[in-house]
Order: sequence, then C-alpha cells, then structure tokens
Amino acid sequence: MLPKENRPIIQVQHFTAGYDGSVVIDDISFEIYRGEVFAILGGSGSGKSTLLKHMIGLYQPAAGHIFIGGKDIVTAEGEERTNLLKSIGVTYQMGALFGSMTLLENVRLPLEEYTALPSDAMDLIARMKLKLVGLEPFLDYMPSELSGGMQKRAAIARAMALDPHILFLDEPSAGLDPITSAELDRLILDLARNLAITFVIVTHELSSVYTIADRVIMLDKEVKKIVATGRPQELREHAANPWVRQFLNPGASAETAGKGAGGER
Amino acid sequence: MKPATEASINSLDARRSSDGGTLTLIMTGRWDSDTTGKWWQRGQQILTQSKPRRLVIDASGVSYCDGAGVAFLIDLQQLQIRTGGDAAIQGLQEEVRRLLDIYGHISIERPSGRRREPLSIIEQVGKAAVELWRDFKSLLTFVGELAVMLLRAARQPRLVRWQEAWLVAERSGVNALPIIALIGVLLGLILAFQSAIPMRRFGADIFVADLLGIAMLREMGPLITAIILAGRSGSAFAAELGTMKVREEIDALRTMGLEPVRFLVVPRVIAAVAMIPVLTVFANLFGLMGGAIVMRSLGYPLVTYVNQVLSAVTVGDLMGGLLKSFVYGIVVAAVGCLRGLETRTGASAVGQSTTSAVVSGIVLIAIVDGLFAVVFYALGL
Repeated sequence: MLPKENRPIIQVQHFTAGYDGSVVIDDISFEIYRGEVFAILGGSGSGKSTLLKHMIGLYQPAAGHIFIGGKDIVTAEGEERTNLLKSIGVTYQMGALFGSMTLLENVRLPLEEYTALPSDAMDLIARMKLKLVGLEPFLDYMPSELSGGMQKRAAIARAMALDPHILFLDEPSAGLDPITSAELDRLILDLARNLAITFVIVTHELSSVYTIADRVIMLDKEVKKIVATGRPQELREHAANPWVRQFLNPGASAETAGKGAGGER
Repeated sequence: MKPATEASINSLDARRSSDGGTLTLIMTGRWDSDTTGKWWQRGQQILTQSKPRRLVIDASGVSYCDGAGVAFLIDLQQLQIRTGGDAAIQGLQEEVRRLLDIYGHISIERPSGRRREPLSIIEQVGKAAVELWRDFKSLLTFVGELAVMLLRAARQPRLVRWQEAWLVAERSGVNALPIIALIGVLLGLILAFQSAIPMRRFGADIFVADLLGIAMLREMGPLITAIILAGRSGSAFAAELGTMKVREEIDALRTMGLEPVRFLVVPRVIAAVAMIPVLTVFANLFGLMGGAIVMRSLGYPLVTYVNQVLSAVTVGDLMGGLLKSFVYGIVVAAVGCLRGLETRTGASAVGQSTTSAVVSGIVLIAIVDGLFAVVFYALGL
C-alpha cells in the first residue's frame, strides 16, 4: 500500500480507551495520510465509533495520543482546541441536523459562530456547500422534510462549512438504500478527489469500502486491537487472519459454509 | 485547514488604469473564513463606487484561499458582470483555480426557494381554530379510549401493569412529598399572615384559623397539589411517552398488538389518581402547620388554634377537596400522557409536548375547579 502523500495528517499513538473500567481498545497505533479515504472496520462492539469519538475530541482516552495536523487533540485546550475542532468536520449516523433550522441555517451556523463574514457572504458560502452536495434547491427545507440520504448529504455540507481538511463520517451509509448509498459514495469520492479532503469513515458497508476506501483498519472485539491494515481488496484476498478474509468476503464464506453442509450430507 | 499559529494577514488594493476604464484589485495573503470577512464589504464598495468597464482581479499574491476566499472572488466577478462590465481573474494558483471551477457555477442571487411568509392575522386565527378543534377531537377520543380501558382494567385487574403503576406512584407520590410540604407550609404561612393583619384590626384574628382551615381543605390544598402534579409528573409523563414516540417504541407496541393506552397510560392514571388525594391530605396538613406558626406568633396557644380549626371545618369540606383532587389527578395524568402520545418528530417535539402537558393540565385544572365551584354552590355544599 502506498499512501497518496507521505505525510500523516492524523497520528494515533498507543491509544487505549474503554468505559467504566472495561477496555474496548487496547494500545493501538496507526497513521492517516493527507488526502486519503480511510475506513475503520470491525464487528459490532469492536470500538469503531468509540475510536472515532475519541479522534474528534468528544472523549478523553485512557492512554495515548491523537495528533491532528501535528497537534494533540487529547491535551489541547482553549483556543488551540477550538482551532483544532474548526479544522475538522464531523457527520453523525443520523445526520444530527438541527431540526428547528432550515438546511441553509444549518450550514450557516458554523460560519455565524466562528467567522466575521457579513450575512450575504455567509449565505453565499452556505449555498456553495449545499450546491456541492446537490441540495441548493432545498435550502429552505427543514431536515424533517428530507429523505435520509439528503439529510446525510446536508450533514456533509454543514461539516464542510469552514472548509476543513479532514472529514469524519460515522456510518454514512447506515439506513440508506443501495442507490442512495452509491450516490453518497460518489460524493465522498468527488470531494476527496477535487478538494483533497481526508476522509475518516466508520462503516459496515463493504460495498462502500471497496468503492471509496484507499486504506482500512480492522478492529477486533476479542483482542481489542487492530487485526489488519491495508487496501481493502488486498486484505480480502491476502489477509493473514482468516477472520479478516471472512469479514471482507462474507458471500464467499457463506458459499463455503453451504458447500461444507452439502458435503456432509 | 488553518494552522492556528500561522499569521492570518491579507490585503486588497485597488488600482485604476490611466483612462479609468479598468479597475485592478490586487489580492495578497491568506483568504479564508477568518480573514475574508473584513474585506467583503470593502470590495463591494470599491466596485460599486468605481463602476469600471473592466475588472481585473490579480490573485497572484494569494498564498492560501478556501471556500470563503473563492466566494469573495465569485461575488466580485458576478457583481461586475451584473452591471454590464467585464471581469477577469488572473494569477490564480492551481488549487484555487480548481476551487473556483468547483464552486464558480453558483449565482450570487439567492434562488427564490420557498421562504416561509409569515401568516396574516386571519390565517393565524383560522389555523388556531382548526388546531383547537383537532385538539378537542383528539382529547375526546382519548378520554373515550381511556374510559374503556379503565373499565376493562376494573373488570380484569390483571390487565393493568401493576409493577409500573407502583413505580410511577413512588415517583409521582412519595418523591413529591418534600415539594408538597414546602409549598404547603409556605402557603399556610402566607395565607394566615396576610389575613391576620386586617383581621386583627377588628379583633378577629382568631378567625384566621377558620379561614385557613376552610380555604386549605376545600380549595388551596387540592389546587396546589394538582398544579405541582401537573408541573412535576404531567410533564414527566409527556416527556417519557414523547421520547418513546420519537424512538418508535409506541409503534413497536402497536405492532405487537399492545394498546399504548392500556400499556402506558392506564398505570400512570391509576398511580396519579391513587397518589393525589394522599398528597392533598399532606398539603392540607402542612398548610395548617404553616398557619399554626403564624397563630403562635400572634400569641395563641396551639390547642386554641387546633380547636378553632376543628370547629370550623367539616368532614364534608375535606371530602369535597379530596373529590376535586381525584378529578384533578385524572385530568393531569391523562393530559400528560395524551400530549406525550401526540409528540411529533424532531428534537424540539418532546419539549413542546412537555410544555403543552403542563399548560393544558393547569388550564383544565382551572376549568374543573370552576365547574366544581358551580356544582357545590348549586348543591349548597
């Protein structure tokens, strides 16, 4: 595997996390490079979302450091932390758009809070972001009036309001039909290619992973560590760990299981 | 991304050609969401004042540009074109050029969209009337449904989820005792003190005990308990059921063939109805204790005060008050649950249901109190 650029933009070092004394992730380290689409995979309860929430500074890890653009989000405080948080964009599983605001107001909000731009400039920038995700005609709609896929795209527009170089997406395809999910994948690829945004994606959707991810890590619930790192297609074929191969190729394992059952009969 | 340590400095200079037909705007430095704001209106101002035939934006000195900087370029370019002039952008770095290609197709004119026009007064009145009518119908339906379920529960007590009813009774009843005690004592103190001042002028301050006894047992005790129940438990019922509605738990109950009214509302109504008379008795007691403090401070022995109260109030006063509180309990619990079940989607929906539960509860308490006053007067009670 070759990263797009040989400069890590995110470095996770000896990271350990858990809840109420129990360890979910135990001493993992990895790096994410500028401009790549990086996916975090793993079974339910393996700590994918926990890792993501620590990477965006929502929780403090039990041990370790997370450097974003060279600054440690674990120890950053005050203005440094605010600047770090401004430099990243996050979308959540359910979109997390503010239900009492229109789409335009949702996207304007970070601009209103963090910049001194005049109102017409904020409107124009918010519309630019909405147009980028194909939602400019819906700028006066309330989130509840939109489909799940549109809400996810609007959430990406809001996350991009301050032009972050890193976008964290938590289960972007969850609850979407295959066509909408594919549209979202195309959008992510376009943004990664055209705006050189680094994407960190937690997902279960293997089709998305094969379409958009440059590299993946796989977390395992049992050992609480990373059990595989690399390009998804390569891991599917050549991963040393059979569980990883099975995870990345569930159809084949079912087929194998079917054959096995057939053979016994 | 803007490194926090990097100085955010930029500038915008304007130069006119000798014939005055061309305006050159020279941009240098960082143009991002932090630094573009201070130049936005200045740029527009220069352009509208100069009205050049041709605008040239020289961006060769731009070291960094994000969406905000690109928006500035688009804004100037389109403003110039709108006034019938030409516009050109020179010296853009490759990255900025790419951003301009991506974002450049947007119009600075906001599309008409579908802005929400404020409703006229007539429309507002009409809307309110329709909503009131709908509200009344849903209340009526709910009351009917609840009555049927309560009757079924009376015939078949095993249909009631008693464990939940006990739990709600503890939360709405036992846990409400401290606030009932506090408000009761304060109410007794205030009523007694405020009435003692004028009555003392006529040497009638002993009758403060009569006033307090009758007022607390017949009116204030049940009323204040019901209002506390509406604020404390009615809102909690609405929030609980509202959150369940938002999380589709109510739908899950329905698809499992379980009636939400039987499953969720009946235990709450039973608990509230069982607890509110007990709380009312406590409110009465604490109110009279507050009165006792005032009477003692006026120099009356406790036994005199107690005897005066006992001679003034009858069992009928107590039972009348408890009957009222029983009805208040049904109203508060039912309307709290109804508002919860009516919750729509969205984060603010549960808040609206909770507010509505408290407001509707208090309004209905006032209406029921008025009805009781008329009925008691007609019956000579």
